[in-house]
Amino acid sequence: MTRMWKVAIAAAALTFPALPASAAGTLDQVKSKGFIQCGVSQGIIGYSAPNDKGEWSGFDVDYCRALAAAIFNDPNKVKFTPLSTKDRFTALQSGEVDILSRNTTWTLDRDTKLGLNFVGTTYYDGQGFMVKKSMKINSALELSGASVCTQTGTTTELNLADYFRNNKMKYEVVAFATVDETIKAYESGRCDVLTTDASQLYSTRLKLASPDDHVILPEIISKEPLGPVVRHGDDQWFDIAKWTFFAMLDAEELGVSSKNVEEMKKSTNPEIRRLLGVEGSLGEGLGLTNDWIVRIVSKVGNYGEVFDRNLGAGSKLKIDRGYNRLWTKGGIQYAPPVR
Amino acid sequence: MSDIAFVRKEIAPMAPPPLAVGGILGWMRKNLFSGWFNIAMTVMSLALIALILPPLLRFFFFDAVWAGDSREACLGASGACWPFIKAKFGQLVYGFYPIAERWRPDIVFALGAILLAGLLIPRVPFKRWNSILFFGVFPIVALIFLGGGNFSLNQFIIGRIIPLAAMLQGAELFGLTLSFWLDFVVSSVLITAVAYFVANALGADGRFAARAAAALLIGLGAVLLTLDFDFGLVPVETRQWGGLLVTLVVSVTGIVTSLPLGILLALGRRSHLPIVRVFSVCFIEFWRGVPLITVLFFATYMLPLFLPGGLTIDGLLRALIGVALFSAAYMAEVVRGGLQAIPKGQTEAANALGLGYWQTMNKVVMPQALALVIPGIVGNFIGLFKDTTLVLIVALFDLLGQIRAAFSDPSWATPTTLFTGFAFAGVVYFIFCFGMSRYSMFVERRTSAGRRR
Amino acid sequence: MTDIASPAPKRERSSLLTNPRTRSLLIQGVLFVAVAVALWFFISNGRANLAARNIATGFGFLEQSSGFDISQSLIRYDDTATYGRVFFVGLLNTLLVSGIGIVFATIIGFAVGIARLSKNWLLSKLAEVYVEVIRNLPLLFQILFWYLGVLAAMPAARQSLSLFGLAYVNNRGVVLARPIFGEGSDIVGLALLAGIILAAAMRWWAHRRQMQTGQPFPVIKTALALIFGLPLLAFAATGAPISIEWPELRGFNFSGGIRVLPEFVALLIALSTYTASFIAEIVRAGIMAVSRGQTEAAESLGLRPGPILRLVVVPQALRVIIPPLTSQYLNLTKNSSLGVAIGYPDFFAVFAGTTLNQTGQAIEIIAMTMAVYLTISLITSALMNIYNRRMALVER
Repeated sequence: MTRMWKVAIAAAALTFPALPASAAGTLDQVKSKGFIQCGVSQGIIGYSAPNDKGEWSGFDVDYCRALAAAIFNDPNKVKFTPLSTKDRFTALQSGEVDILSRNTTWTLDRDTKLGLNFVGTTYYDGQGFMVKKSMKINSALELSGASVCTQTGTTTELNLADYFRNNKMKYEVVAFATVDETIKAYESGRCDVLTTDASQLYSTRLKLASPDDHVILPEIISKEPLGPVVRHGDDQWFDIAKWTFFAMLDAEELGVSSKNVEEMKKSTNPEIRRLLGVEGSLGEGLGLTNDWIVRIVSKVGNYGEVFDRNLGAGSKLKIDRGYNRLWTKGGIQYAPPVR
Repeated sequence: MSDIAFVRKEIAPMAPPPLAVGGILGWMRKNLFSGWFNIAMTVMSLALIALILPPLLRFFFFDAVWAGDSREACLGASGACWPFIKAKFGQLVYGFYPIAERWRPDIVFALGAILLAGLLIPRVPFKRWNSILFFGVFPIVALIFLGGGNFSLNQFIIGRIIPLAAMLQGAELFGLTLSFWLDFVVSSVLITAVAYFVANALGADGRFAARAAAALLIGLGAVLLTLDFDFGLVPVETRQWGGLLVTLVVSVTGIVTSLPLGILLALGRRSHLPIVRVFSVCFIEFWRGVPLITVLFFATYMLPLFLPGGLTIDGLLRALIGVALFSAAYMAEVVRGGLQAIPKGQTEAANALGLGYWQTMNKVVMPQALALVIPGIVGNFIGLFKDTTLVLIVALFDLLGQIRAAFSDPSWATPTTLFTGFAFAGVVYFIFCFGMSRYSMFVERRTSAGRRR
Repeated sequence: MTDIASPAPKRERSSLLTNPRTRSLLIQGVLFVAVAVALWFFISNGRANLAARNIATGFGFLEQSSGFDISQSLIRYDDTATYGRVFFVGLLNTLLVSGIGIVFATIIGFAVGIARLSKNWLLSKLAEVYVEVIRNLPLLFQILFWYLGVLAAMPAARQSLSLFGLAYVNNRGVVLARPIFGEGSDIVGLALLAGIILAAAMRWWAHRRQMQTGQPFPVIKTALALIFGLPLLAFAATGAPISIEWPELRGFNFSGGIRVLPEFVALLIALSTYTASFIAEIVRAGIMAVSRGQTEAAESLGLRPGPILRLVVVPQALRVIIPPLTSQYLNLTKNSSLGVAIGYPDFFAVFAGTTLNQTGQAIEIIAMTMAVYLTISLITSALMNIYNRRMALVER
């Protein structure tokens, strides 16, 4: 009898269940592993693309670097996971990445049902079409009967269906999982039209063998507010992500850039003093240090600098800032104040 | 003194030779032109060769561009653009592995090749040591060289209950986390003691159990120690690995782990214990029933959803586990085929000699069963090697992935870039797979020599 | 009693661990509990994570409208259809490419396998080269090659290659002439059906007659005559109701006719040639497994080469061929999911790809996807087992 008891106890000891550790907040997890895992695109020049050495750069990449600068005071403490449009939300939901900075359109459906939160609109975009110049097409309304290449699992795919149905045009959609395949198919003549967000069209055109043979049609058929995304249910991480973006906008608005940030610390303007943490303890409220914006701006730059370097005049793309100008300059980029 | 009536004075004229049965002509008559149907087949085959071979040769050699350093060199050519491969060669082999550190994969390649050659060539001695080196030591050495070693170990067992890490404040010595090692030593002593008492309580040999546990823990400790030690190598994260390196890492790990797992599963499927059998059958049928890409997708993007927050497993490792489990299920079916072919008399004879289950399997059944299914096993290895290409669907860049990424480089956009890339990748994959299948035929001939007589 | 000087008994080793019954119970118990704990661990983590992240769960999404288009569907589909319909569109696309792929793979595989056994040296070498090259290259590589490589070499729609006007080939795929079934064509269809039924009945009757009287009957010729002759007669009698719609170039592309997507063509070619190389080896091994003595015995009975092949060799070879053949068919079906790499809207691409992304319900969708493939494979396995059992009965 006693032997049977011992067996039972031994069996129970062997099967002692390993209780799942309680989920810590994303900030704590990021701090303990020492880097941010950032989901980016698989290669859209200007947004996120690796160079020959595998170093990532671009507008979306710089946002993640700003986040790393705010937390670690080191813009390189971030690792990038290239994700296709098809896989991106699953990767974020599951915790494979801490933040998704992958020119993702903000929609109600995604914000609610997917268990995600959109941080803000870092880039106001709209969907456009690109065709070969030789086809002599001037308007998207002439595209009836065309076959259209797009990426699967995007809002683009949905807008496309809406647009052609609204205008009673027929079309054939060819949807690919990755950017490279989409471009290759368009280039080989599989499709007449390539459609995606207008800014991406400009960057895609650079990947073609002879960019000048292709034109982008004037129609913009949708609103595409692009921004970073975090998981639902972690307010602290959401706040940090949100305010990192706002801080970059506010820094530009107040004229604080990576070049003058040290001098600006001596400024007497109370707004600038609050922004740079010389006054108050706003950073600590986020769970960061008070000089977090100084870190962002000195290591990565303000919104304008980042835009310029990756997409604007300082880049190969030379995209006009358009809607993405600050509200003070006729655009719609407007950030809540740091105070 | 002869009375021979007739003596031939001159040499008889030569008779016409029979239709050649030997030599080239005879061979041709027999094998190529033995009937109208045969002739028609020969003509058709020749036409097919004439259709395929010359364009291939022209593409690979005669019309190919061999020198040059930009796309301009290849723009007018109709053959392969080899400078494109030359320019991208580093990426195709190492991916984004830092250029300054590429000697490390080189050493691993060389080491692996030497050890493997020692294992595969029958005449080389020290097979036993060689296999211990290859299967036991080499993976750890490769891991340290490729990844950089100096893993950060946090807690073993006791450390989960008592916050040792906080007490020692993460002190390190030669890269060794002291809190972990304190934890490890204390936990090991405890485990050994528990093993002793549990075994005694169950009526078994407690000292044997304690010794076995201690040996296991010392082995584990040695491995962990090497992994934790700081050799001063720059860490290279797996995201930066790519190209042929990833292809080989995934396939070699898959090959090395899938065979033992497959054998266990096959034994489980033929076990007398109902629960073991049911689990094995479910496991095998599940993995064989779903496509590998769903498995990879699950392992790569969904697994973290089922793990406690904060626990992360390296992306490459997850894909590796997926591939290994997948091929283990296929391996199990191949091994089972071999087991079924072994007559029951063999097992019964072994039992009559007093051998236990594992001894019977290890010394009598498995050697015969595995020798029977060598072609199947190698076929599985080849399948696994080819299946490594699927990791590109979950954004790991193996050889095919790197080739595909290189296609979209506008600075090498020429009419033949695409075909050159395919030609190169095709040749590389073919060499590996064909080599494996030829080697298996060689082994088969050797092992069946006794049976053939 | 007590003073018998027996040597002290050695410590008895018959413990619970050496008793086979308790040991087997212990092993199974440990395994069962370990698997149960692992499952519980994963499921509880998954539930906690889903709840914490506010991810929608349940199968309600199947009722919602999808809002995207699919380039190829066998059933009526537009962007207002539901995700449930997407499921079926994808499933049918997968079944379509696998079904046609299986037919082609079998034809090519048998042809190459027999060619490898040909007495013609050149032909058998060619077949061997085909098998070795195709079998030793990854399938994904071949799919990408057929898609990217061949697509790039195809002409644009306006310069299409024409195959006697029946079919046009361009970089948008293949356009085939489409038969239009006019009034009375149902009679032709009925005639075809009647022909097939009659042929089957005739075969059964001929078999019985041969069993009883030993008289053979020209089954194949009669069957062909029935299957093709009856519909042709009906076709003529009803006044040729089936016409053909010729494809015409209009605007961007052809209108009229049946359009076959290049993604479909590439996937089909890659799948069938790849699987054929395996089937060829299976066929070769199957025929070689029939011992020479069987053929010789049949010859000594006075059978001619045709009947020897049909009545002696093939039935025995099939017993060896069919089990691995089915597993190749299964592999082909599972491999069709690689179509996602070239944008073929198969089940994996539209359901586990687009639908998953638009709804974000990864767990439900991946579970459904795995269940579908698992069902296909389990059904095939079950059929296979039945077949094996029948074969085993015939053996003794």
